[in-house]
Amino acid sequence: MNLLTVDMLTISGTDGRALVSELSFALSPGERLGLIGESGSGKSLTALAVLGLLPAGLRASGSIRLQPAGGEPTEVVGAADRTLRRLRGRVATVVFQEPLTALDPLMRIGNQVGWAIRRTRGLRGSALRDAVLSALAEVGLDDRIARAYPHEVSGGQRQRAAIAAAVACRPALLIADEPTTALDVTVQADVLALLDRLVADRGMALLFISHDLAVVARVAERVLVLAQGVAVESGTVTEVVTAPDHPVTRALLSSARQLDAALDGRQP
Amino acid sequence: MVRYLVRRGGLLVASLLFASVALFLLLRVLPGDPANALLTVDATPEQIEAARRQVGSDRPLPEQFVTWLGQLVRLDLGRSFVSTLPVGPEITDRLAVTVPLALTAFALAIVIAVPVGYLCARWSRTWYGATISALSQLGIAVPVFWVGMLLVFVFALRLRVFPSGGFPRAGWADPGAALTALTLPVLTVALVMSASLIRYVRSATLDVLHSDYLRTARALGASSAEAMWRHGLRNAAGPVVSILGIELATTFLGTVVVESVFALPGLGSMLVKGIMQHDYPVIQGVLFVSTVTVLVIGFLADLAQRLLDPRLRRASSGRSR
Amino acid sequence: MTRRRRSLVAGAVLVGLLGAVALLSLLWTPFAVSDTSGGRLAPPGGAHLLGTDRLGRDLATQLMVGARIALLTGLGAVAIGGTLGLAAGLAAGFAQRWLDDGIAATLDVVIAFPTLLLAMLVVAARGASLGSAVLALGLAMSAVVARLTRILVKRVLALDFVTAARTSGTSWPRVVAEHVLPNVWPTLVVNLALQFGLAVLAEASLSYLGLGPPPPNQSWGRMLQEAQSTVLTAPAGLVAPGLALVVLVVGANLVADGLREVADPLAGRAS
Repeated sequence: MNLLTVDMLTISGTDGRALVSELSFALSPGERLGLIGESGSGKSLTALAVLGLLPAGLRASGSIRLQPAGGEPTEVVGAADRTLRRLRGRVATVVFQEPLTALDPLMRIGNQVGWAIRRTRGLRGSALRDAVLSALAEVGLDDRIARAYPHEVSGGQRQRAAIAAAVACRPALLIADEPTTALDVTVQADVLALLDRLVADRGMALLFISHDLAVVARVAERVLVLAQGVAVESGTVTEVVTAPDHPVTRALLSSARQLDAALDGRQP
Repeated sequence: MVRYLVRRGGLLVASLLFASVALFLLLRVLPGDPANALLTVDATPEQIEAARRQVGSDRPLPEQFVTWLGQLVRLDLGRSFVSTLPVGPEITDRLAVTVPLALTAFALAIVIAVPVGYLCARWSRTWYGATISALSQLGIAVPVFWVGMLLVFVFALRLRVFPSGGFPRAGWADPGAALTALTLPVLTVALVMSASLIRYVRSATLDVLHSDYLRTARALGASSAEAMWRHGLRNAAGPVVSILGIELATTFLGTVVVESVFALPGLGSMLVKGIMQHDYPVIQGVLFVSTVTVLVIGFLADLAQRLLDPRLRRASSGRSR
Repeated sequence: MTRRRRSLVAGAVLVGLLGAVALLSLLWTPFAVSDTSGGRLAPPGGAHLLGTDRLGRDLATQLMVGARIALLTGLGAVAIGGTLGLAAGLAAGFAQRWLDDGIAATLDVVIAFPTLLLAMLVVAARGASLGSAVLALGLAMSAVVARLTRILVKRVLALDFVTAARTSGTSWPRVVAEHVLPNVWPTLVVNLALQFGLAVLAEASLSYLGLGPPPPNQSWGRMLQEAQSTVLTAPAGLVAPGLALVVLVVGANLVADGLREVADPLAGRAS
C-alpha cells in the first residue's frame, strides 16, 4: 500500500501549456524519494500539487492519491478545499525554500509553531506552550527563539523553525522543497542532517526536491529526474549516479562532480 | 520605542519650526507688501505709511518674525486685516464644519474601500474584479469638485432630497439641518477618496495573497479565510495605515474645494477668501493650523505603523535607505 | 498585444487627441474667445456645437483653449518638477549621512502637504496667473520626484557592478551617466506621466476656486465654475469640461501604466 500515488499528473498553465506532463510515481510509508531537475523543470509545482496548493491559474489533471496508514485513500486532484484541509499538516506538509518569507514576519516564531500544533493535536494553554518548546528543542532551538520574530534570528534558525512547525504536525509525508538552497553553505549540512534524523526517528516518508544531485544523494534512497516537466530517468541513487542514462542526468551529475572536485581542490 | 518617540517627536517639533519659518518667509520675502490689502490703488504715501505701521510691515523682518512666533506661542493668530476680528476664534468656528466633514468622509471612504479593495484582489482574475479595478482607476482621474457638482445636479436640483449648499445659520444647534447640509459634501469626498484607497487596499491584499507565509499556513492546514485572518490582516494593515495618514491629511485640506462647491463656511473657504483679499493674518493662521494638523497626523501614522510592525521597532531608523 | 501595450496605445491616443485639439486652437477656433455674439446660454447644436455661456461666448471654443491651458500647465509643471526633482534627488542619493538625512527630512515635510495647498500658498504670494500655477505645481511635484529619485539612486548605487565601477575610480559624472541615469529614468518617466495627470487636476481645482490663470485663459476648471451658476438653465455646460479633464487624466494614467512594461528593470525586481 502506497502513502502517495501520483498517476499521469499533468499541470498546465494559463495558456494551456503543460508545465508537468504525465508524471507518475509512488511513495510507500517511510520511503525517501528525491525529485531532481533544473529550475523550471516542474518539481516545485509537483510538490504544491500534492497538497492541492497550486497557484491560481494553474490546473492539475490526472490523479494524486494520499492514503495514511489505516485510512482511506483520498484523491487530491479536483478535491474540495475542505477535504484537502484534513490532509494538509496531518498527512502531508511542506518545508519551503526561503525561510525568511515562509514565516509571517509580524508573528513570533513560537506562535507560528504553536498554531500548527494546536490545529493538528488540539493542545491548549500550558500543554501547548510545552509542546512548542519541545518541538523547537527537537530542531535544536532554545526557548529564546519562541519569543523572537523571524527577522531577529539567522537563516538557519528560521529554517529550523519552519521544519519544527511542519514536523510538529506529525505528518506521514514530509515534502522538502529545496530546504537548504537559501542557506549558507556552512549551515546547509546541519539542516540536512537534522532532516535526515527527524525523518528516520519519526518514520516519515520524505519527498526531497532539489536541483543538486549531491544533496539528494545524502538523504534519498530513490531518485526521479525531471526535465521540462517530464520524468526522464528514475532508479536508486546508486544506479543513477553510476550509470546515468539521460543527458540531463549526466549534466546534473557532472556539475555535482565539478563542485566536489573544486571543494577538494583537485582538477576535474 | 522610547528612544524612537523622542527622535520622532523631535522631528515633529523641528518640522513645525521649519514650516512656521517657511510660511512666514514665503508670504513676506516675495514681492508685495501685506499692507496693500488695506489700501486702494490711489492711496497717498501717508496712507501707505499708516497702513504699514498698522500691519507691522515697517519693522525689520527678524523683528516681525519674533513677534509672529511670540503670538503663536500664546495661540494668538492675530486679527484679520479686512474684518479686524481675531483669526483664532474664526478658525475654531470653521473647524466645526471642516472637522466633521473630513472625519466622516474619511471613515466612509475606509468603510467603502477596505471590503471593495479586498474583494477586488480576491477576484483579480475575474471580469467583475477587473471591472471594479478599472472603475477605481477612472475614479482617481475625476476632479473632486466635478463629482460634487454632478451630485448636486442629481440629488439637490433634480431629486431635491438634499440642499444644494450652505450650512444652517444656527450651526450644530440645529443638528438635523447640519447633517443634511453635510451629506452630499461627505459623499463627494468619500467617493473620490475611496477610489484611490481601493487601489492601495487591493495591492496590499494581493501582496499578502501571493506571500509565502500564507502558503505555509495553508500547507499546515489553515483554510484560506483562517490564514487571511491570522496572517493577512496585520500584514496588509501596515502599508494601508501609512497611506491612511497621508490620505487623512489630504482629506482635511482637500475639503477646500468641496467647501467651495457646497458654499460651506469651513476652513477651506476661509483660506480661499483670505487669498483673494490678500488678508495675510487669515492666510497665515489657516495654513499654520493646517500644517500642525498634517504634521501631527503624520506623526501618529508613523507611530501606528511602528506598533504594527516589529521589524520597524528594532531598526535604528524608521526611514528606508 | 499585451495588456500594458494596449494601455500605452489607448493612453497615447487620448492624450494625442487633446494635444491635436490644443494645437488646432492656436490656428483656428470656431469663434473668437471673447466673441459674445452667440446670445446668452444658447443650447448645444447649430453653429455653437456645445452652446454658449452666460455671456454668449462659444463653449466649444473655450474647451479648445482649455485643452491648451491644461496641457501647458501639465507639461510646464512636469518640466519644472522633473528638472528640480531629479537634481535634488541625485544630490541626496549621492550625499553622505547628514546632508542626505537633511534633504530626506525636508522632502518628507514638503510631501506631507497636499499639492493644492502648496499651490494656494504660491498663489497667495505671487497672485493668480498661469505662471504661478505652473510654478506652484512644479515645485510641489519636484519634492515627490526628488524622493523617488533618491530612493532609486540609493538602490542603483548598492548594485555590485556600480560599486565596482566606483571603487575602480570611475569619475562620478560618468557613474551617473553610464549607470545611474539609465537605471533611474524608466521608473521616473512612469512617475512623471502620473504626476502630469495630478498637475492637470490640481490646476483645474485652482481655476475652479478662482485662483488659476485669469481670463482670457479659459481653463476647464473655470468653465466648470461658471457652469455651476447656470446649471439649472443650462446643465449641458457641466458635461464637456469635466469629461475633457477625465479623458486627459485617464490618458496620462494609461500612458504611465503602459510605460511600466517598457521601463523598470529595478522596480520590477523590487516589487
